[in-house]
Amino acid sequence: MRELRYVGTDTVRPDAADKAAGRAYYIHDLSRPGMLWGKVKFAEHASARIKHIDTSRAERLPGVRAVITAYDTPELRIGFLRDNFALKRDRVRQFRDEVAAVAAIDPDIAAEAVELIRVEYEPLPAVFTPEEALAEGAPLVHERDADGRPVTSNLLPVQVHHESGDMAAGERASKYVVEGEFSTPLIQQACMGTAGCIAEMDTRGNLTMWAKTQIPFLAQKDFVRALEAMGLGGSNARVIVPALGGAFGTGLDTHAYEYIAILLAHRTGRPVKIVYDRREEFANLSPRQSARTRVVQGCDASGRLTFRKVEVLQDNGAYTSWGATYPTVMLIPATSLYKVPNVWFDAKLVYTNNTYAQAMRGYGNPEVTWPIECLLDELAEKVGIDPLEMRLINKNTPGEKTPMGLDITTCGLGECLEFAKQSLDWEAKHGKQRGKARGVGVASLVHVGGSGRIYRSDGGGVILKLDDFGNVNVSYGGVEMGQGLHAALTLGVAEALGVLPEKVCINQTDTATCPWDVGTHASRGAFIALNAAIRAADKARKKIFALASEIYASETQKSLAAHKKKNPGYEPPAYDFAAAARADNLELRDGQLFPKDAPNEPWLHIEIGKLLRALHFRGREGQMIVEEAFYEPPSTLPDWSKGVGNMSASYAYGVQAFEVEVDTETGDVKILKAVSAHDVGRVLNQQTLRGQVQGGLAQGIGYALYEEVKTHEGRVLNPSFTDYKIPTVHEMAFPVDIFFAETDDPAGPFGAKGVGEPGLVPTAPALANAIYDAVGIRIRDLPITPEKIVMALKAKKKG
Amino acid sequence: MSVTLSFEVNGEPARLSVEPHARLVDVLRGPLGLVGTKEGCSNGECGACTVLVDGRPVCSCLLPALEVEGKQVTTIEGLVGPGGKLSEVQQAFVDKGGIQCGFCSPGMILSAHALLEQNPSPSDADVRDALTGNLCRCTGYAQIVESVQLAASTKRQKKGADHA
Repeated sequence: MRELRYVGTDTVRPDAADKAAGRAYYIHDLSRPGMLWGKVKFAEHASARIKHIDTSRAERLPGVRAVITAYDTPELRIGFLRDNFALKRDRVRQFRDEVAAVAAIDPDIAAEAVELIRVEYEPLPAVFTPEEALAEGAPLVHERDADGRPVTSNLLPVQVHHESGDMAAGERASKYVVEGEFSTPLIQQACMGTAGCIAEMDTRGNLTMWAKTQIPFLAQKDFVRALEAMGLGGSNARVIVPALGGAFGTGLDTHAYEYIAILLAHRTGRPVKIVYDRREEFANLSPRQSARTRVVQGCDASGRLTFRKVEVLQDNGAYTSWGATYPTVMLIPATSLYKVPNVWFDAKLVYTNNTYAQAMRGYGNPEVTWPIECLLDELAEKVGIDPLEMRLINKNTPGEKTPMGLDITTCGLGECLEFAKQSLDWEAKHGKQRGKARGVGVASLVHVGGSGRIYRSDGGGVILKLDDFGNVNVSYGGVEMGQGLHAALTLGVAEALGVLPEKVCINQTDTATCPWDVGTHASRGAFIALNAAIRAADKARKKIFALASEIYASETQKSLAAHKKKNPGYEPPAYDFAAAARADNLELRDGQLFPKDAPNEPWLHIEIGKLLRALHFRGREGQMIVEEAFYEPPSTLPDWSKGVGNMSASYAYGVQAFEVEVDTETGDVKILKAVSAHDVGRVLNQQTLRGQVQGGLAQGIGYALYEEVKTHEGRVLNPSFTDYKIPTVHEMAFPVDIFFAETDDPAGPFGAKGVGEPGLVPTAPALANAIYDAVGIRIRDLPITPEKIVMALKAKKKG
Repeated sequence: MSVTLSFEVNGEPARLSVEPHARLVDVLRGPLGLVGTKEGCSNGECGACTVLVDGRPVCSCLLPALEVEGKQVTTIEGLVGPGGKLSEVQQAFVDKGGIQCGFCSPGMILSAHALLEQNPSPSDADVRDALTGNLCRCTGYAQIVESVQLAASTKRQKKGADHA
């Protein structure tokens, strides 16, 4: 590999200055000529029959342009299992079901009109926990599936199961066994920019959608299907992605409000914008799935893991998002976090009348890492060895094939554990500060680091379009949502092509101009985009060198003449221009073309813009440099019924560790220091990488200590930042020691792995383990609130 | 029934007719087109809509527009100098990675700007106090606090140079 000039530097993000100046434009800021404002009427029951909808008063309100219900619009089925509808007909199954919508000339009129819609309901029996839903004779959330077949149970038809090795032999080989049931709550992604879209139809029935999405191309597919259902077969949907105010998984599905905007735009012939306010975002946008997980794991006398059994029960809510595929990612920690020879995994997802859940950062991984890592500490205590040593004994290593069939090509877990040990002065502290109610705790993670194949294509393409001024316009179908994709892609393109980063411009994501991409999820954005960019750059360089060789001699002789004119006494060294102008002797670096055998003569350099103009304006020979490449990672779509398959091209390991102090009177947990150590393959951009790690850590701390969407009979009780606490700058007032293990992954672009999600995966168990070390109590249900700590301390005292 | 509102925004006089119930954020983002001011919660909880009124940070989603009659309002656009030159605080957020999705950034930057006008040498604790009302979901705040400290030091150096 060539020496790296830009990759790994601290270069600032290309999107930061506009964001700092207030010149980045989000969905909230966009407008279209003649645009109307849409507003959704949500249900007021978690389970009920719709008896009657009276829209007449709303229709009469001046300024209202349309009022729609399921009774006067085409049926649009949506969702991963197509069990949801844009507008609900006859039956509501969750408190937030969309029963009607309006379009009006301003948002106030739209809001007033929605209030004027009257809906009569007949309440029906409901189920609010997976246990209730699975009980004999429980009311069915869905009586029929999407194909009209009768359904007999509230269990989702999503099967993810895994058995490997010999569980009975594993149990027999165990000297120590621990088990426990742990839970994680519903939490809100809490993007600072709420959800929204603008739908616009042209006269031919084509849709343009400005969407807050992470999956522009899967959204295009969903919307084309909706257009077909509206009688507009053959029409196109174009998806344009504005600046995103965070996404964190909320953009992995298309949403009912988007289809409602399409229906309203079609009905009115005007562009229609729907934007959620904060209350709607909390109450009506799908949160992260909750989970209850039972884990049993054992080890031999020396602490080596012998088997692991993981059983997950998830409350899916009333409809199904891509989040229902969480178990596919849960398999990764279940089978591949530490060397464990015998594994049994099963996940059940259950329909209830709660708000339906969707993806969030980490995608099932934190839910399962939470019990595994808490129980690993319990196991270490039984064996009588230090929990960090226990992890080193069982650590994964390069070259390993895990029970799931994951090929661990590179693995920095050992380095990360050693770093945490040093950083926290572990040996001096662990188990030695209980008198001060202080403790240290550690937990590890494994996640996909080379995308995660859960769709038949896991690829993405890049187009590089070079213009007459030496600009490199880059089109990529994934999205910048704050994570720093554009920073990484800018450096990657500059590096791979040999141009200056300031000449690289990343185009707005638009399905009409960008090559297909499966979506920005699974920590895959930079991994896929840069792999595609490297391949496109390689093609562009080959073409540039081949064409440049035809004009190089004449162009540089002109330069020499000019150089001589400016420097009259200059005597050039003897140089064979014809011989120099071979494609394989040309190099492009920092935007300068030069011969490899004489890199230091300035008159032998041609600036890229000048070169591109020379190639363009050659009469009939003129050529443009536009190259594309599509990258499919070397991974396989697992067989989910067996839970086996190498779903990613590489795997990211990491460790978090904390020192905490617990206030035994109030139950408050004060973090004294945090360590976040990650195997990143190779650092692409220091600043954005650190930002991702710090941000993940904050979300992990929120998940561990504060956050929970509270519901009562399906109704969200805390739809505001006052009642739903996310970490503020005050909770994050402790030193964070960050470490990057650079393991140079063979599949990674410049050796890099994906790192978007890992930052929040092991946070909760690492904190829980530190709390246990400090005060000897173990909370098994997140979040670990002060109340739970005080109760547990009281119970322990009673003993 | 609309009423006339006169105030100064980003150093320019503004005179327009507004609904009596209009909030400042509505007037800024609507007729004035200053969409750099973000609305994140409409309830004074997140700080994304922070603007400066006579130099003090306020949530423009809570303030009736008529309250700024005769006052000076600064939005994020008002910190940008001629030719798009960013202010010290804005530039420091760029340089230190205090920006990810960017939705909280205008409010965050204006809160920081107001702090540094009052206190040119804040401690990290002072910075945290000043940013308490500004939520961020992306950064974990570490690089934001570093950004504010960089801005403070740049401003101090500049002031020192001006006095020299």
